[in-house]
Amino acid sequence: MLTKQKIDCYIKISLRAFLIPSIVCTLFTILFLTKESLPFFAEVNIIDFLFGRSWQPLIEPRSFGVIPLIIGTMHIVIISILFALPVGILTAIYLSEIASKKHRKFLKPILELLAGIPSVVFGYFALITLTPIIRIIFPQVEAFNSLSAAIVVGVMILPLITSLCDDALQSLPKSIKDAAYALGCTQFEAVFFIQLPAVLKQISASILLAISRAIGETMAVTLAAGATPSLHLNPLKSIQTMTSFIVQVCLGDASSGTVEYHSCFAVALLLFIITFFFNGLGKLLIRKANNYDY
Amino acid sequence: MTTRKLQNKLFVMFSKTCCLLCIFILLFLVITTLIRAIPELSFYFLNSYPSRFANKAGIKAALVGSFYLIGLTSLIALPIGVLSALYLEEYSNKKSIIKKTLELNISNLAAMPSIVYGLVGLALFARFLNLGTSLLTGSLTLSLLILPIIIVSTQAALKTVPKSVTLAGYAMGAHKYQVVFGLQLPYAMTGILTGIILAISRAIGESAPLIIVGAVGYVSFLPTSLFDSYTVLPIQIFNWAGRPNEDFHNRSAAAIIVLLLVLLSFNLVAIYLRQKSLRNKKI
Repeated sequence: MLTKQKIDCYIKISLRAFLIPSIVCTLFTILFLTKESLPFFAEVNIIDFLFGRSWQPLIEPRSFGVIPLIIGTMHIVIISILFALPVGILTAIYLSEIASKKHRKFLKPILELLAGIPSVVFGYFALITLTPIIRIIFPQVEAFNSLSAAIVVGVMILPLITSLCDDALQSLPKSIKDAAYALGCTQFEAVFFIQLPAVLKQISASILLAISRAIGETMAVTLAAGATPSLHLNPLKSIQTMTSFIVQVCLGDASSGTVEYHSCFAVALLLFIITFFFNGLGKLLIRKANNYDY
Repeated sequence: MTTRKLQNKLFVMFSKTCCLLCIFILLFLVITTLIRAIPELSFYFLNSYPSRFANKAGIKAALVGSFYLIGLTSLIALPIGVLSALYLEEYSNKKSIIKKTLELNISNLAAMPSIVYGLVGLALFARFLNLGTSLLTGSLTLSLLILPIIIVSTQAALKTVPKSVTLAGYAMGAHKYQVVFGLQLPYAMTGILTGIILAISRAIGESAPLIIVGAVGYVSFLPTSLFDSYTVLPIQIFNWAGRPNEDFHNRSAAAIIVLLLVLLSFNLVAIYLRQKSLRNKKI
């Protein structure tokens, strides 16, 4: 005979079992990324990997310096942030401060739709639609270029920045805004000198999280930015990011045990560490901002 | 005085423009794709296998593969995700360090780049457990990917249950499991379902980890078992978009429209469910 107390106890214990996957997922991530990249680091010196300036993993003579991939990723991150940050913050300001309730109700789902579009669709858009448009302005642009990829990555991280900044602005006490208006501020002055400085932490957090998203973005970058690991700063030329390198190798059916197979895991480990760092910092800032007492 | 007003006016105008820009980008993306896609969309396109010739290529394998993969992924990830969230939110000790570390861990997993999941799936499921490039590997990998999303959104939904509901349950002499499964879970169901549908939408559009674990671009049969190879819509799109041939680009556009329609219908289901349960709540 099962008493109700016993049922409760059993349920609690069996529910606990469902937590196992999310615990072991992190452990397995670290474990397998490390395990599979160890053979790579046995062949390639870690200093050469981190600071080498030539990335040529598939053709002899091979060289595994990750700097070109990092530069490629930086292209994407910098241009996308330059695009998404001002547009995202101003959109958030419009949504939260200027738009009427009716407009807000209509605009928010549109941003959610934008956030829900798969990245491969953005990649297609960058490659097929955006690059020809860029070519009208800069005729020397290559078929694969980091500019088009970075713009669509910017569009992808825009909803993230907007929703975080919107939440932050909404969570500010109304008294702050009222005080600003009572002192004779215009809306512009209230927003830029009072409200935005008050949510600076959340804004910086949104930037960090957006950077992490941009670094990990894969399909759009693989489709539109090409596969040429090189050290240049020209956004009209082709580049290769860390993520698109991994895709390139895996599409080429690298068999288990080869150096290029293991180099994927080394790059992924680096990717994991970098994004972990940015995410952690972003989350920390958000938590600090929420503890702030007005 | 006038300069300040002018400044303010410019500011309002400028932020309005930014907001309109977002709408414009969305419309531009959909319309330019639609223009390419419309001549290609036909029943033949939906019902034929990929081909070397653009005019014969279709998305049957990809569409069916996507549905199989998502079905299997939901089967694995939904119960685990919802029940772990239930434990974290209702049963675990709120102040324990273990709970805090777990939640930190889950929020970090939610933000991990999807391609890293792909490599974990490759090393763990495909090679270590020897499942190869099968449907099962793909759905296990995607399950890992959407698990943290489901947990986070379910927890958020459970947090919205008013304390009065819980307390009323206990006041009636209900046991904890009766309160949790009889009151809190039904009350939070809308929020949970919305989160689940968002997570599934994410899985439908995901392609990077699947490329890593070996979903291939050219499959001319339907998967019949868990261990068959498969392809999904986003990968078909990727495959066609990457070819130099213009005709394949149009086919890719048509596949994108199908994918977006699938995603849209999922969101409509979410909206319908939300409204239905709102009606129930009123009663």
